[in-house]
Amino acid sequence: MGWLNIYAAVYNEDHQSIMDMTQRYGKQLIWILMASFIAITVLIIDSKFYVAFAYVFYAVVIVLLVAVLFFGKEVNGARAWFEIGGFALQPAELGKFVTNLAVAKYISQYNFKMHRFKSLAVLGMLIGIPALLIIAQNDTGSALVYAVFILVFYREGLSGMFLFWGFAAAVLFVLTLIWNEVRLVGFLIFASILAYGIVRQKMKEVVKIVVIFAAILGVVYLFSHMVRPGWSTAMILYVATGISIFIFIIYGIRKRIQPVFWVVLFFVSSLALSRSVSFVYEDVLVAHQRDRIDEVLGIRSDPLGVGYNVNQSKIAIGSGGVTGKGFLKGTQTKFNFVPEQSTDFIFCTVGEEWGFLGTSTVIILFMILLIRLLFLAERQRSRFSRVYGYGVAGILFFHFAINIGMTIGLVPVIGIPLPFFSYGGSSLWSFTFLLFIFLRLDASRMEILR
Amino acid sequence: MVDSNAKRTYLIAAIFLVVAVMYLIRLFTLQVVDTSYKLSATNNVVRRIVNYPARGLVYDRKGTLLVYNQAAYDVLVTPRELQPFDTLNFCNITGVTKEELKEQLQKAKDYSYFKPSVIIKQLSAQRYAILQEQLYKFSGFFVQTRTLREYPQKIASHVLGYVGEVNQQMIKKDPYYETGDYAGITGLEKSYEKELRGKKGVNYLMVDVHNRIKGSFQNGRYDTTAVIGENVVTSLDADLQRYGEKLMQGKAGSIVAIEPSTGEVLTLVSSPTYDPNLLVGRDRGEHYLALARDTLNPLFNRALMAQYPPGSTFKMVNALIGLQEGVLTPYTRYACHYGYTVGNYHMGCHHDTVFTLSGSIAESCNAYYAQEFRSILENPKYPDVRQAYDTWRKYVMSFGFGRTLGTDFPNELKGFVPSSNFYEKYVFKGSRWRALPIISLAIGQGELGITPLQLANYAATLANRGYYYIPHIVKKIQNENIPTRFTERHYTDIDTTQFPKIIEGMEEVLKPGGTAAMSRIPGITMCGKTGTAQNPHGADHSVFMAFAPADHPKIAISVYVENGVWGARYAAPIASLMIEKYLTDSISSGRKWLEKRMMEANLLEPKKPKKKAPAETETTVSSTTNKTPERDTVPPKEIAVKRDSLVIQEDTIN
Repeated sequence: MGWLNIYAAVYNEDHQSIMDMTQRYGKQLIWILMASFIAITVLIIDSKFYVAFAYVFYAVVIVLLVAVLFFGKEVNGARAWFEIGGFALQPAELGKFVTNLAVAKYISQYNFKMHRFKSLAVLGMLIGIPALLIIAQNDTGSALVYAVFILVFYREGLSGMFLFWGFAAAVLFVLTLIWNEVRLVGFLIFASILAYGIVRQKMKEVVKIVVIFAAILGVVYLFSHMVRPGWSTAMILYVATGISIFIFIIYGIRKRIQPVFWVVLFFVSSLALSRSVSFVYEDVLVAHQRDRIDEVLGIRSDPLGVGYNVNQSKIAIGSGGVTGKGFLKGTQTKFNFVPEQSTDFIFCTVGEEWGFLGTSTVIILFMILLIRLLFLAERQRSRFSRVYGYGVAGILFFHFAINIGMTIGLVPVIGIPLPFFSYGGSSLWSFTFLLFIFLRLDASRMEILR
Repeated sequence: MVDSNAKRTYLIAAIFLVVAVMYLIRLFTLQVVDTSYKLSATNNVVRRIVNYPARGLVYDRKGTLLVYNQAAYDVLVTPRELQPFDTLNFCNITGVTKEELKEQLQKAKDYSYFKPSVIIKQLSAQRYAILQEQLYKFSGFFVQTRTLREYPQKIASHVLGYVGEVNQQMIKKDPYYETGDYAGITGLEKSYEKELRGKKGVNYLMVDVHNRIKGSFQNGRYDTTAVIGENVVTSLDADLQRYGEKLMQGKAGSIVAIEPSTGEVLTLVSSPTYDPNLLVGRDRGEHYLALARDTLNPLFNRALMAQYPPGSTFKMVNALIGLQEGVLTPYTRYACHYGYTVGNYHMGCHHDTVFTLSGSIAESCNAYYAQEFRSILENPKYPDVRQAYDTWRKYVMSFGFGRTLGTDFPNELKGFVPSSNFYEKYVFKGSRWRALPIISLAIGQGELGITPLQLANYAATLANRGYYYIPHIVKKIQNENIPTRFTERHYTDIDTTQFPKIIEGMEEVLKPGGTAAMSRIPGITMCGKTGTAQNPHGADHSVFMAFAPADHPKIAISVYVENGVWGARYAAPIASLMIEKYLTDSISSGRKWLEKRMMEANLLEPKKPKKKAPAETETTVSSTTNKTPERDTVPPKEIAVKRDSLVIQEDTIN
C-alpha cells in the first residue's frame, strides 16, 4: 500500500497550495475525512457484499440519476446535483463504480461468452443507460468516461478489431476536420492501394493499378478542362475514382481475387464515414463542443474566447519552468487567471508552483498506480475482481488522460476531475469507493474462486 | 484462472504509457523549452499604467511663449461598474449626443467589461468642472488628465506644426509609441518630437483577473517616472512673424527671412495661413477637413514646398558663374536693343543701351544675361554645350538649389534644376546641344523650380559674400546643443572674391533708376533684386530677394506674392517693410502709405486659378517666341508645362 500514502501526501499538499479560499479548503478537509471513513468502512465490509449487491447498487444509482433530472439543482448548465445541507452530491460520480461492479458481475457469470450477441447487448445497456442519463443531465464529459469500458471488454475477449477500427475511425474523424476534401480522398486512395499491396504481396499489380488510376485521372482532368470547365478538383477526383473502382471490381470478379472487395469496402465505408463526420460535427455536437475541438486541432484560435481556459492554463503551467515558483507563490493561480482552477484545472497549480519536476512526478505516480492496478487485476483469481480491477484502472486512466491533456492543450476541454486532486466531494468519494472496493477484493483474493 | 487474453494486459499498459510519455514530452516543451509562456504570465498579472508627460514649451528668440500646454480631460468608463444614469444630464454636461454616447458605450463594452476605455476625448476644462461636481451620479465613469497644445500668439502655424494621434506606421517605426499616443505631425512639433515629447512614465501594478489593483509590482522596482519634454527656443521673431502675416493678408505666397550670420530663420510666412489653435482638441478633425478642402490650400506650406521659377533674382547666380569661369568681368558690356535677337529667336527686354554688370542687375536687363549665359555655355574650355551646362549646374546646386538644404523643417522640397539628361530627353532628343533652346535659364525662367526658403538662403549667401549656414528654426534646446550641421559654414563653388562685384548692382536696384527704387528705406542701404516668376495659369508671381544693411547684413529675405505680376509691385515693398520693421522696429512715417497699401491689397479676389509649381516630371517645352515686352522680365518662350498639381505632403491623420 506504499503508493497510497504517497498519494495522500501529494494530494494534501496540493490542496493547501491552491486554497486561498479557506472555505473550499475547509470543505475539502471534511470531504477527505469522510472519504477516509468510507475507505475504512469499505475495507471492513466483507468482499462478498459487493459482489452480491452489485446490481442493487447499480439500480439505486440509476434511480438517483433519473431523480436528479427532476429534483436536481442546476449548476453551470448541468442539472447534476442534489443539494443536501451545505453539500452537493453528484450521482453521476457514483455511477462509475456501480457500473463497474455491475459489468464485473455480468462478465463473471459462469457461462459468459464475449462474442455472443446477447452479452454484447447487455453490456452495452449496462454502460449505455447511465451514460445516456448523464448526457441528459447535460454533462457529456462525465458520460464519455463510460467509453473506457471498451478496454475492459478487450481484456475479457473482445476482438482487437474493435479497438483498431475505433482508433481508425477516430483518426479519420480528426483528419476530416483538419484536411480538405481532396487531400482526404487522396489519402484514402493511397491507404487503400497500400493495404491492397500489403495483402496481395504483388508489386507488379500495385504498379499497374497506380498507372491505370493515374491515366484515368489524367483523362478525366482533360475532359473536364475541355468540356466541363466548371468542375472542382474534388469533383474530378471523385469521377476518376468512381471509374477506377468500377474497373477494379470487374477485374476482381474476373480474376476472383477476394481482397479487391475488402479494399473497395474499406475505401467506400471510410469515405462514407468521413462524409458523415461533417454531419455529426455540425448537427449532433453542441456549438461549444465544436469550438473546443476546433481549438485543440488548431482550426481556429481564439485565446480570449473559447480558448481562454486552455490558453491561461498553458500560460500558468508554462510559467512554472523546471522547478516552479514554489509552494503558494503561483501568480497565475493565486490571482484567478485560470478558471475552475480548484476543480478541473487543478493541474495548473501543480505546473506553476512545482514546475516540470512536480508535473512529471504526478504523471509518473499516476503511471505507477495504473500499472500497479493492472498488475493487481491480473493476479486476481476471480473473474469478478479482475474485471473490476481493469475497470478501476480504465476509469482512472481516462480521467487522468483527459484532464491533464486538456490543461496542456492536447485534448478538447472536457470537464472531468483529476482523481484525488480536484476539489469536489462526490468525485473524491466515488474514487474512494472505486479504489477501496478493489483493494478489499484484492485483500480477499485468496479466499475463494468466484 | 489463466486465459489466452492475459497477454492483452501489455497492450493496455502500453496505451497508458504512450499517453503518459506524450504528456511528459508536452510538459517538457511547455515548461522547460518554450519561454514565451513565462512572459505571458508576467503580462497577465502586471498591468502597465502609463503617465503622459507634458510636452516641452516653445519660445521665440526674444523669449515670447509660442506654444504651451493646456489640460484636457478624457472621460473613461468601466462598463462593469456602470449603473443606470441620467443620460440626458450626462449629455448636456459633456456635450455629446445621446447616439454618440450609446455608440461609445457599446464600443467600450465590446472591448472589455473590466478594462476602462475612453468614451469622450479631450473634454474642455469648463465642461470638466461641471462633470467633476456631478461625477458621483455616474457610477463607472472617471476622468483622466492629458495635456493639449495651446498657441497664445496664433501665429506661425506652418512653422510650429501640430500634434496628433500616432498612426500605425509611426508605431511600427518607433517602438516608443503606442496606440493613442500623441506626436508631432508636421513642423517643429515633428522635427523636435524627440526633445519635445519627454518620456512617458510607467507604473507596474499587480492586478487580478478582474483588473482589480492588488498593489505595486515588486515594490515599484521597474516603475519609471514621466519626464517632462524639453523646452525649445526657436529663432523666430514673433513680432516680425506677426507683421509678415499681416502684410501677406489677402495674398497667397510666402516670406522667409534669415539672419545671414547664423542661418537662423527669423520669419517663415506661408499665406494663406490659419490659427494653429484650430488643430487642437475635440473639433480638430472637423477643422482639419475644412482646411484641407479650402481651395486656397492653407495647410500647404508654400515657403518650403511651393516651387516657383526664381525669375530675374537668378541673374546674380549667372553673373557669378560667368565671373568664376572667366567669361565675364564687371566691365563686360552687352547691348540691349529692346531684347535679344538671334535669327528668328527673340527674347524681349525694355532698354536700348549698353550695360555693364552692375547696370544689368540694377535694371534687370534680359539681353545682357542672354548673351552672358551663352558665353558660359559656349565657353571653348568645354568640348560641347552639354559639358558646359553640367558645370553650370554644379555651380547652381552649390547655392542650395535643386536639392534639400537639410534644414530642420520636415517636408522641405528639393526644387528643380534640370539635369543634362532631362534636356537631352525632352529638348535636344539626340540632336546637337545648343545654347538657344535653354537660354531662358539665363533669366531664371524655364524649367527651374526654387522654393522660397532656397531663395532666402541664396539671399543670405550673397549677404555673407559666398557662404551660408543651413537655415534652421531652432535656437536653443533646453538640455542639448543644436545639431552641429547648423553651425558650419557652407561655401559655394564660387570664390568669395567674386561676390563684391555683384553687390554694387544689387544696391542700385533700390536707388533711383533701379527696378525697385520705390521700396527704398531712408537711412538703410539695402541690396535686393526683383523678379517675375512665370505662371502659365494666370498672372505671374511677384518675387523679391534682399538683404540689409549692405555692409553687415542682419537680415536676408525672400518674398513671393502669387499673381503679384512684377517683383517691384508687391514683393519688393513687402520685403522692404519687413526689413525696416526688423532693423528699426517701426515704419518711418514716410512709408506708412506703402504699409497700408500692402496690407490692404487683396489678390485673392476675384478668384484666380490655383497657383502651381513646376514639377520634375512631365515637363514639356516648346520653342515659340513671345514678343510682348514687359517692364521687368519677359518670358522668352511660352512654356507649355504639364504640371502636377500641388501635393500636400502632410501626414494625414487617421
